[in-house]
Amino acid sequence: MNVLEGLLYSPSHEWVKVEGNEAWIGISDHAQHALGSVVFIELPKIGQTFKKGDAIGAVESVKAASDIYTPVSGKVLEVNDALDGSPELLNDDPYGSWIIKVELSNASELDSLLNKDAYLPLCEE
Amino acid sequence: MKTTVLHDKHLALNAKMIEYAGFHMPVSYAGITEEHIAVRTNMGIFDVSHMGEFIIEGQDALPFVNYLVTNIIPFDTTKVTYSLMCDESGYVVDDLLVYVINEQKVLLVVNAGNIDKDFAWVQKQAASFKVTAKNISESIAQIAIQGPLVKDIIDQIIGVSGDDLSFMTYKQVPYQDGHVIFSRTGYTGEDGFEIYGDPKYIDILWDKAIACDVVPCGLGARDTLRFEANLPLYGHEISESINPVEAGLNFAIKLEKDFIGRDALVQYKENPTRKVVGIELLQRNIPRHGYQVFKDDKQIGIITTGYLLPNVDTPVACALIDIAYAAIGTELTVQIRQNQVPAKVRNRKFYTKKYNK
Repeated sequence: MNVLEGLLYSPSHEWVKVEGNEAWIGISDHAQHALGSVVFIELPKIGQTFKKGDAIGAVESVKAASDIYTPVSGKVLEVNDALDGSPELLNDDPYGSWIIKVELSNASELDSLLNKDAYLPLCEE
Repeated sequence: MKTTVLHDKHLALNAKMIEYAGFHMPVSYAGITEEHIAVRTNMGIFDVSHMGEFIIEGQDALPFVNYLVTNIIPFDTTKVTYSLMCDESGYVVDDLLVYVINEQKVLLVVNAGNIDKDFAWVQKQAASFKVTAKNISESIAQIAIQGPLVKDIIDQIIGVSGDDLSFMTYKQVPYQDGHVIFSRTGYTGEDGFEIYGDPKYIDILWDKAIACDVVPCGLGARDTLRFEANLPLYGHEISESINPVEAGLNFAIKLEKDFIGRDALVQYKENPTRKVVGIELLQRNIPRHGYQVFKDDKQIGIITTGYLLPNVDTPVACALIDIAYAAIGTELTVQIRQNQVPAKVRNRKFYTKKYNK
């Protein structure tokens, strides 16, 4: 399972890439692998605000739907519309396929997220 | 957790495994979409050894089974009959296949998740008949080989031709020191065969099928295929709280004979209140089992099964709804997470079945 250095991870298998007060959120390689081929994604709307742990949308394989939880609170600045037509990008390139970009409303939440070494053991279950 | 005789082969093929009806079963190997397409265009093999088998034996075997199930079971040792087993209220105990072995011996094939409940039900009903019921599920394994090309290679697998079998017929085939039951049946809407027998024979037959490039398929594709072919699944389109008239299974209910639940179904037919309909979403999303269906602000039903099917752009579902809204074309909504997604009622013919009639 591929886990990238430099990203932060949540126990529910989302990744966060931070740049200043903004962050990109996606799902990890482990998450896409567990899901199987993604055939649909439900994305939030630009301008929506979420609290840490809220469901921001869902990714679905043929068999099952899984909520995507935001590991950080904030306002949605951008959504990756390319995923709408090509949800399989989440399988092909999970770390290149960000789902949303948010403006962080509480940067201290980042402290509770996991780095690569702390996240890796969670991928072995 | 229980396993089938083919369990080690599933692990060796790197299948994604799940618990289903108490068995550790493959949900997919290469992927549900790939397996679904293999069955529609080529050939696939399913381990369905988890299914339950009962033998009803005795001089009342046929009268008893005809009282137990909703369809007419003729004395015909080549015919396989799809039927339902209802309780006195007309709700479904299970759906099943019936094979008449001889005048005093009938094989019932039931759903894995219902084996214990069904066997208790059958034994209770059998008390006033001259029959004995035996649950032989543990000693019988089963494979289903399905797809348009199967008829051309099935003799290489089992050693005899299937050409003399039309859809829903069977024969007993000598195999090594015993025999297997070989039927032109399946749960995919495609032409194909099912084979039942001693686990040691099924183990060999599976390997022969794999050697003929038949694609291993899991429970995931089994469900998308049966749903697309409009075949009901217990716990979804039929259940202890959904009767077979509501489910649209009238072809398998013969009210002209006496059977358990008949009177309730006659009454229900006079004043039906719910119906399982087809639904299609007017926006891309996926309507899944249990999601609520609305007309304006009123909840009028639930989704029983729904998918974004392989190679189909429109998301489709079956839904059990208030019969007042069951007309084709009726506009409804399906609640998917926080949203009301527009949908309309359609027919349930998502796929044209390709049986060898």
